[in-house]
Formats: sequence, C-alpha cells, structure tokens
Amino acid sequence: MNKSDNPGLYIHIPFCRSKCLYCDFYSVVSPAAVPAWLEAIQREIPLYNERFQTFDSLYLGGGTPTILAERELAALLECVHRYFAFSPDSEITIEANPEGLNTDKLKTIRDLGVNRVSLGVQSLDDGDLKYLGRRHGSKQALRALHMVRSCGFADVGADLMYGLETQSLRGWKRTVDRVLEFKPEHISCYQMTFEPGAAMWKMKAAGQVRPIAKKLESAFFIWTSRYLGRHGYHHYEISNFAKSPEFMCRHNRKYWSHTPYLGLGPSAHSFQAGRRWWNVRSVEKYCRLLGEGRAPVESAEVLSGEQLELESLLLGFRTSDGADFHASGGRLRAGEALSELQKAGLVKVSNGRIKPTRKGFLVADGIPLMFCGQ
Amino acid sequence: MINKQIRNFSIIAHIDHGKSTLADRLIQHAGLVNERQFRDQILDNMDIERERGITIKSQTVLLSYTSKSGEAFELNLIDTPGHVDFHYEVSRALASCEGVLLLVDASQGVQAQTIANLYAAMEHDLTIIPVINKIDLPSADIDAAKEQIEHDLGLDPEQAILCSAKEGIGIEDVLEAIVTLIPEPPGDVEKPLAALIFDAHYDPFRGTIVSCRVFNGAVRPGEVIRLMFNGTAHKVEEVGVFRLSREPRGELSAGSVGYMIAGIKTVADVRIGDTITLDSNPVSSPLPGFKDVKPVVFSSIYPMSSDDYPSLVDSLERYKLNDAALVYQKDSSIALGQGFRCGFLGLLHLEIVQERLEREFDQSIIMTVPSVRYRFALLDGSEITVENPQYYPDPTLIKSSAEPFIKAAIIIPERYMGVVIKLCLERRGANPKIDYPTPARVEISFDMPLAEVVFDFYDKLKTVTQGYGSFDYELIEYRQSDLVKLDILVNGERVDALSLIVHRDRAREWGVQVCDRLKEEIPRHNFKIAIQGAIGGKIISRSTISPFRKDVTAKCYGGDITRKRKLLEKQKKGKKRMKMIGSVMIPQSAFVSVLKARDE
Repeated sequence: MNKSDNPGLYIHIPFCRSKCLYCDFYSVVSPAAVPAWLEAIQREIPLYNERFQTFDSLYLGGGTPTILAERELAALLECVHRYFAFSPDSEITIEANPEGLNTDKLKTIRDLGVNRVSLGVQSLDDGDLKYLGRRHGSKQALRALHMVRSCGFADVGADLMYGLETQSLRGWKRTVDRVLEFKPEHISCYQMTFEPGAAMWKMKAAGQVRPIAKKLESAFFIWTSRYLGRHGYHHYEISNFAKSPEFMCRHNRKYWSHTPYLGLGPSAHSFQAGRRWWNVRSVEKYCRLLGEGRAPVESAEVLSGEQLELESLLLGFRTSDGADFHASGGRLRAGEALSELQKAGLVKVSNGRIKPTRKGFLVADGIPLMFCGQ
Repeated sequence: MINKQIRNFSIIAHIDHGKSTLADRLIQHAGLVNERQFRDQILDNMDIERERGITIKSQTVLLSYTSKSGEAFELNLIDTPGHVDFHYEVSRALASCEGVLLLVDASQGVQAQTIANLYAAMEHDLTIIPVINKIDLPSADIDAAKEQIEHDLGLDPEQAILCSAKEGIGIEDVLEAIVTLIPEPPGDVEKPLAALIFDAHYDPFRGTIVSCRVFNGAVRPGEVIRLMFNGTAHKVEEVGVFRLSREPRGELSAGSVGYMIAGIKTVADVRIGDTITLDSNPVSSPLPGFKDVKPVVFSSIYPMSSDDYPSLVDSLERYKLNDAALVYQKDSSIALGQGFRCGFLGLLHLEIVQERLEREFDQSIIMTVPSVRYRFALLDGSEITVENPQYYPDPTLIKSSAEPFIKAAIIIPERYMGVVIKLCLERRGANPKIDYPTPARVEISFDMPLAEVVFDFYDKLKTVTQGYGSFDYELIEYRQSDLVKLDILVNGERVDALSLIVHRDRAREWGVQVCDRLKEEIPRHNFKIAIQGAIGGKIISRSTISPFRKDVTAKCYGGDITRKRKLLEKQKKGKKRMKMIGSVMIPQSAFVSVLKARDE
C-alpha cells in the first residue's frame, strides 16, 4: 500500500542555521547564498522537463527546508509545477525543524500544497538535544508538534533518535510516550550513528563522545519495534514506523524499490532506468555550473544486472516486504542458507517473499550476502 | 689448467641481518648495475621473497673484481634459500662454494640462524669470513659482536670485516677478503666432466636452465651430457654465466659456476644434487651428497569455484615447470569437489605454492588440512599408505598403524633447555640426547613423529626460544603408532576437507585446538554455528560461534544506496575467498591454519 511505480521528486535545500553534530547530509550555514541557489535550481528544473513520468511524490529535504522564506518556497514550487506533472493525490512532504516555525509559515506551506510534515524532533530530553547539537529544546519541539497539527496537517511525521550515550532506555521511552500523545501518522526512529562527514566523527576519534554498546543498541531497537508495534505502528523499514499502511512514506519507499526518482539541488541523487547520477556537493559549484548552462551532475553509474540484484536484496531486507524469492531470474539460490536463517528466526517466508523478522532487521546488512555469490 | 682467478662463495646470515643488501652492494660494486638501475634487493626477485624477507629460489651472479694487487677475479655469488624446508637445496648450494661470508648484525649480534648456518658451512669445510654488518647503526656494538664471534662461533674475531651494506661502507674490504682468504677452486679440466646441479629454473622460451658448479672437466655447446640420476642424455645448446641476465660463454670448465641449457623440458626432469657428466666420457661415480628429495607434507588443492578447475589444472602444470619439489595427483572431496592431492617439502613450501598459485597464476584456491604419510597394516595382510585422511581405512579392518619419525636436531642457548625439552615431550618426543658443542650452547636431539613437527613446531620453537632456536631434522623410520581419524563437523555436517589423522593419545588435544582455531577463523554468521570434533561417532570437542547481534545501518536513502552497495560488493569479493560448506562460510585460510598452534 501507498506504493506506486510513478517517479518521485526530491529537492535538496542545503541550508541550516547551524550544523548538528551528528549530521552528515550536505548543508551550509550561509543564508546569503539562498538567492543564488534558488536561481540555480530554477535553471536545473527545466533540464528534466518531460524526462520523467507524472510524479506522485515530492520531498523537500535538507538541510532545513523551512529556512526558506515563504515567497522563496512559493517561487520554488511554482517552478516545479511549471515543468513537472504531479498526480492529484501526490504526497508532498517538507522536512521542518522545531525552531523558526510559526503558524503563518505553516499555513502558507499548507496552502502551497504541502500535505505532509516531517518534524525533526530527535528527542524530548534537553540533555539529548544538547548532546546532538540541536538548536531547539524539548518545549519548543512539543510546541512545534502542536502547531503542525493545529495548522491542519493530516500526515505528520516525527523524526527521533535513540542510542545516544546520554540516553537511558527509560529516557527514550519518555520521549516516545510524549510523541505518541500526538498520535503522529509516522515516526522515524534513527539509531545514533557516527558518520565520517559529521562533527561527531572527529569527536569520537578524540574520545569526546562514544557509541553505546552493540548489545544496548540491539535492546533499544527491539524495544522500540515492540513498543511502537503495541501502539499500532507498523514497522515497515529498519527505522520507519507508520500508524497505518497508507501512512508509509510513499516517497522514501521509492528509494527502496528502484522506482525512478529525480533529485534536484546540490548532492541530490537520481535514479531512472538502471542509471543513477548525483549532483555536485557544493552550493557554489552547483550555482556556477547552472549559471554556465551546464547540468550540475558530479557523476553517474549504470547498474549492471548483478548490481541491481544486489541492491534489491540489500534494500529488500531492510523492509518488512523483504525480497522476492523468485526474483532476479531465480538467482536467489537460498537453499541451506535460507533454512539456517529461518531456524535462527531471522527471516520468514510468505507469499513467495523472504521477509526479515524483527530480529532479522538487526542483521539486515549481513543477510544479502547469504544469498548471493557462490 | 684450472682458472685460479675464480672464487665461489655464498652469504649466510640470520634473517634481517642484511644478506640481500650486502649482495646488492657487491653487485653494484662490480658494475653490473648503475645507480639508476639499482633496485633494492636485486637477488630476491619474487614478490613473496621480498615480503617475507627470505630467499626461496636461489640465484647466482658472477661479479668481476680487480683486486688491490691488480689481478682480475671472477667471483660467483651463490645465493641460498633460508628455511629448514629447503635445507637440502642450501646444502647443495654450499657444496658449490669454497667459502662463505657469515654476516652478523652489529646491534643484534650472533643469532640462532647464524649458528645453524655456521654449522652448515663447517659441514662442507668452507672458509668462513665473519662480516659485521650495520656498523652505522647508533645501536651497533662492534666489540660485543666480536666477542660473540669468538665465543659463540669459535672464529677469529680479528678477521671480522666491518661494514655497512646499507651505507656502502667496507664493501671493498669484503671483496678483498673474498679473493685473499677464500681458496681458489680445486679441480682438473683434463678429467671427465663432473658438474653439480644446485638449482634449476624454467624459462618459457628455453626450457630448463640448470645452475651448476663444474668440479672437473669442461663442457661446451654441442656436446652431449648425461644426467647421472636417470641416465638421460641431452645435447648442450648453450652454456654461460649469470650476470643479471644470462651471458653465454664458449665453455664452462672446472672451478666455474654457470648455467647450461640442454633441451630439458621441465625442471622435474632434473634433480638438485645430481651430477652432470659427458655422455661420451662419463665419470665413474657421481659427486657425493645426492638425495632424491621426497615430499613429506600432503594437502589437497581445490579451486574456490568448481568452474575454475580447468584453469587450476593448467596453472599447476605451468607452476610445476619451475618447482620440481611439488608432486600432485587428482583428488576429490564431497565438500570441495574436484582438485589435486599435492606433496610438499614442508609447510613453508606448501604456503609458498599456495601464494604463488594465487599471485602469479591468479588462482583462487583452498588447501585442505595438511597431513603426513601414514602406513596401515590391515587384517587381510595387505598394507596401505594414506596421506589423505579421507582414505583412512575402516577401523575394524586395521591390524596396526605406523607413522614417520624424524630425528630432530635443535641448537639453543642453554637457558632455553627447559622450555625446549618440554615442547619436544609435548610433541611426543622420545630418546633425547644432549650435547654441548660450544660453551653456553646446547644441541638437543629427539626422535619425534613427523606429524608433530611439520606444521608449526619450528614457529613454536622460535617463539619459546625468542628466535634463538635453530632446528633441523631428518626422516629416520616408520614406527608403530595408534592412529585415529578426527572428523570435524560444522553445524552437524562432516567436512571431509578438515579431517585429520592423529595419535589416539593426542586426539582430544587436537580436537580442542581445531575447534578453537575454527572458532577464530570462521566469521560470525547471523545464526549460531556449532563446531565439533569427533572420533567415530563420539564427539570429543566442541566450540560455538555465536551469531552477531547487530549489523544494520540506520539510514538508507537515495545517495546512500550506491555507497551501501559498494560496501556490499567489497564484502562479496571477500566472500569469494570463503567456501560455502552447507550454509557456513569457511575462509580459505582456515583449512591450513587449524594445525598451527596459537602464538601465546
């Protein structure tokens, strides 16, 4: 459900008021560059005119998309709609941070056609938020959740993080409970990871911060899955929970099923017909290339059959849908590996698909290798 | 008349004492290479040799040198392999020399290998010139080194030459000592040809290139030679000397060292240590010391993927052209499919074959648990030999069993006597003899089963003696022994390629060791893996590999997918070096390593 073959459109808005310590997504803290970026993306959009079918999802991600002024957002969406066709029931998401939100802005966003808000709550514990280098506090996050709801958004997602060294399981439960009070349609629970591009990577190397024990990570993960399950949420991907199937994020599911997507803006990735390409990871370069009338593409790859197969396994085992047993020309030579995995309670087979169990999710990265090669 | 201006010598040293560097300096000094061509360690030209810092295939080079007195000399530097597995090759190379340079590191002094090498050179009654190397190092202690040369080696320390091969200090002195101290080669050109084969290489264009030392007589292109071992005759196409490449000459005569090309197809057609003579005018008896070297360690080679079997066949054939010591025949296994049973001189030889097949022939292979050759007398009166545990006979039919024994000779500083005797006894050593060849040094000899020493005894000995133990052995005889087959089960499935034949009293110990080693070697899977050792149906040891708890990344969106796939592709490649046995991935290295004791 909430899955289609129509392409999705992603727009990367690479601006933040400050960099969060854990984040490795591309963004810059230079509001002065916004106008140039806006001009550039308005040049990028026409490059893909008529190159994609009708879209049925749009995702405004970042960075911090809500950093854009209302008129800037309006200009961006106006341009998007001028060149791209969207189906009437499209899922249109904007990522938002609790700080700098106000009712007027949210209403404008809603009026621009955005029907889904993904709010970067991360935690409702001030200690955690400080640890992560977030600009907002827990009260602000709660206010923001209220505000989004009151502005009439019927599809609200909360992004949370767990497995922080500042966080106990009890503290995590407190955050989850308070978020559940708002009955969000969608909850993403990301385990804290240390990425090479993030500030915390260096802090970890310097011994200032450290990951929690693997055992504890597993416990957080299993607890979260069970607890949200008990509250009616469907654990449909490693880090994602939906209140009901129609609230699974349509856009993100395209990434996981090789459905075409177009990514615009610096560092955005696109995929179409077995080809993946990605934009330069620099606002300045991005603007310059488009200024010269050139596509801001950094590089591209054409996936071989084998690579597509490997990806569909790696992506498949990250979702509750699992991987098609009969797919890939019968190359899924499961045999004994499958029976061992079943015995170990990591996968189950139903409707011709191999699906990871909750425990299987924990080792999802290792499962594809069991089925390929030899 | 013999050429009096020839000197044949070798350099012997403990590992890392600078043998290759000195060889390179001598070559450079002789003007064979200019500064630009000068590549470190010219003689060690196999990758493996460079990496391991040991010489496997010996090389020879002829150096021209004009002495201080103005005489022109031809110096043959004969390089020697440096491991107990190649003991015989070393002895043949030394038999081709009149003298050696015994290298001692100025900061480390006399070490185990120095002594072992000294003994080898003494055995051949060679002139020994001590050379103290690395005198440029801040930690160099020349006086201490000299004292050790006198006390531990019993050589005249005042004769020792000081040098730094790295800095090029003292090289002239070394060369001068070679021509003044090492005697001219004996021999008579008028006598019938007698040349000692000390090495053989394969050249894809010319066939086998035989390295030899002529003791008597002379040989020229066009003449017909006879290999005394098998009596085959070959017409000589070319003779010459080794510079950095081959340099043809009109003849090779008594005293000289060089090569011979005589239409010999593979190196397996010649035997190291054999004597070459003239077919028309043969010598009455061959040169002394010939041994037909037989393999003592056996293991099977299988391709990682059964599709690669034809390519393995081809590679082994080509490899064999250059390694006469390797023997092989077809073999098959339930777990691993079609392959070859191979015989090796020792475990190092086995590892070298493995590495060279992988590097030079690009083969991806698995080698099974090594074994020695056992004998079984059966109740029906027949006797069989088994070097593959797969063919261990039905235990109810066995009347008696026997395994090969060796005489081990170990030389150590006295302070290690206790640990070494303990080690030997653990390895079923018996009949100890203790000797004191030089003060503070002990020579211990033990009768031991070959199976207990071939796999890791030498490594273990080096560990317990902190590198001071030298070790040599010779096969003596087969002795009665109660042998059983130890099976290894992975998740309940017997893996035939991991089976081994062991002494009943040691079975439990081996079982525990193999299970422990496999536990270390096999990566965690996402399910539990049980490893068991069994004799007959009885489980005697077990270990468990617990599944990994968590292995998943939190996020996976657009861009991440390429990155994640690349990571997976890398792991998949690594997995190719694993063999799927049932549902368990066993790394290629596991099969050989199970017999190696851990370094404590």
